[in-house]
Amino acid sequence: MTEKKLVTEAKPSRAIKTGDLDPKFKYEISKVPGAENIKLCFQCGTCTADCPIARFSDIYRPRKLMRMTQLGMKDRVLSSEALWLCAACFTCVDHCPQGVEIASVLRALRNMAVKDGIMPAVFRELTSNIMKTGYAYRIPELRLKKRGEKGLPPLPKANVEDVAKLFDIMAVSKASKREDK
Amino acid sequence: MAELKYLLFLGCAIPYRIASYEISSRKVMEKLGVELVEMPEFNCCGLPIDSVNHDAMLVLAARNLCLAEEQNLDILTLCPGCAGTLRKVNKSLQEDKKHKQLINDYLKEVGMEFKGGKIKVRHLIQALVKDLGLEKIKEAVVKPLTGLKVAEHNGCHVLRPAKYIGFDDPENPVLLKKLIEATGAECLDYMYETDCCGAPIIGVNDKVPLYLAGDKLTNLKAVNAQALITVCPFCHMMFDINQPRIERLLSEKFGIPVLHYPQLLGLAMGFSPKELALEELRVDATKILTIS
Repeated sequence: MTEKKLVTEAKPSRAIKTGDLDPKFKYEISKVPGAENIKLCFQCGTCTADCPIARFSDIYRPRKLMRMTQLGMKDRVLSSEALWLCAACFTCVDHCPQGVEIASVLRALRNMAVKDGIMPAVFRELTSNIMKTGYAYRIPELRLKKRGEKGLPPLPKANVEDVAKLFDIMAVSKASKREDK
Repeated sequence: MAELKYLLFLGCAIPYRIASYEISSRKVMEKLGVELVEMPEFNCCGLPIDSVNHDAMLVLAARNLCLAEEQNLDILTLCPGCAGTLRKVNKSLQEDKKHKQLINDYLKEVGMEFKGGKIKVRHLIQALVKDLGLEKIKEAVVKPLTGLKVAEHNGCHVLRPAKYIGFDDPENPVLLKKLIEATGAECLDYMYETDCCGAPIIGVNDKVPLYLAGDKLTNLKAVNAQALITVCPFCHMMFDINQPRIERLLSEKFGIPVLHYPQLLGLAMGFSPKELALEELRVDATKILTIS
């Protein structure tokens, strides 16, 4: 992780000041499609217990991220490295007894972090690739040529003009180019 | 005359790194009498950009769906990520008229309109089970792989979230197992079978996914699986391309070949290993050929 603003997780020594909390944060998040039920999380911990990533990560705890969101710990949650460790397998979404789409809440939080200029390099690269080629990866010319030898039809060129135009009006192109804060 | 016809949505990961999946899928589908129509053009399904901008994901997905609506053909994808995304967007924008309007306002700028509900989206195994049927697959088997013991790894997005996908039981998936058993091979159970491979976060943190996939390989070794069968380019990269890395990390030897399901089925249908691009796999798969 090379981005400057991503920290390894709030250190326990950092006291939580009520003045730093944003009480409106949970309402803001609950307006995002998919994240509507964030307020219903009652902290049972099923998401963390069933999460394959949490089994192998010391910092990724979806329940904690849900609580931080509910409490309005906006700055900490948006700059947390853990936010980017969800693999979107949707196990938590299927298991949550309260119908919270945890993965969608995390996606809403990531979108918000991006607006603040926080985004791991890999997402910047994927976005830029899509904008320039229409595809998420830069497929080398040689590999495209080899398709014929392997008996595969040519890969069509994506309509890059359309994609770029859409990204422009949606201000995505700006996000992919923006320098880190 | 082909009975089934789909628009093939290739996605980005398969042409980027996993040609063997495409090669074997095309061979098998052709022999099964399924016609795959090429898309004149398409763009990324949208999934990779969901974390950056949700509406941009919806627009990219809807644009692809528009292309399929124009052709009036159902989409077939080999990648669960593409299938899950296109399937979910096809359904959710239908239900959320306001959001659909917003997406269509964007699409209008490029002269397109997403209608929704006109076409269906299928992942390869969803098409094989739901549209073609297991019986047809069994009939196509000429060289049953009797004696071969393998295990399966479903790609998460083929199954979850259940309310959007509605295929098989994500807690106890059986349909890929049945597809495997149709080839004559035995499909073994193993610990943490339904867990994710971890691939989607490898660009952010490589250790966690490697340990996660390593744990699955350890559990596969414990039940003596002779091969792992996947239906996703990302899961395949995790278990096949990354297997030597995982072996070094865990100081353990696995040597478990990872085959795309159409490679396994193709062998049972009488294709040669070369025709199915078995030699492109990182972990040597020739040892399983002598078993059956």
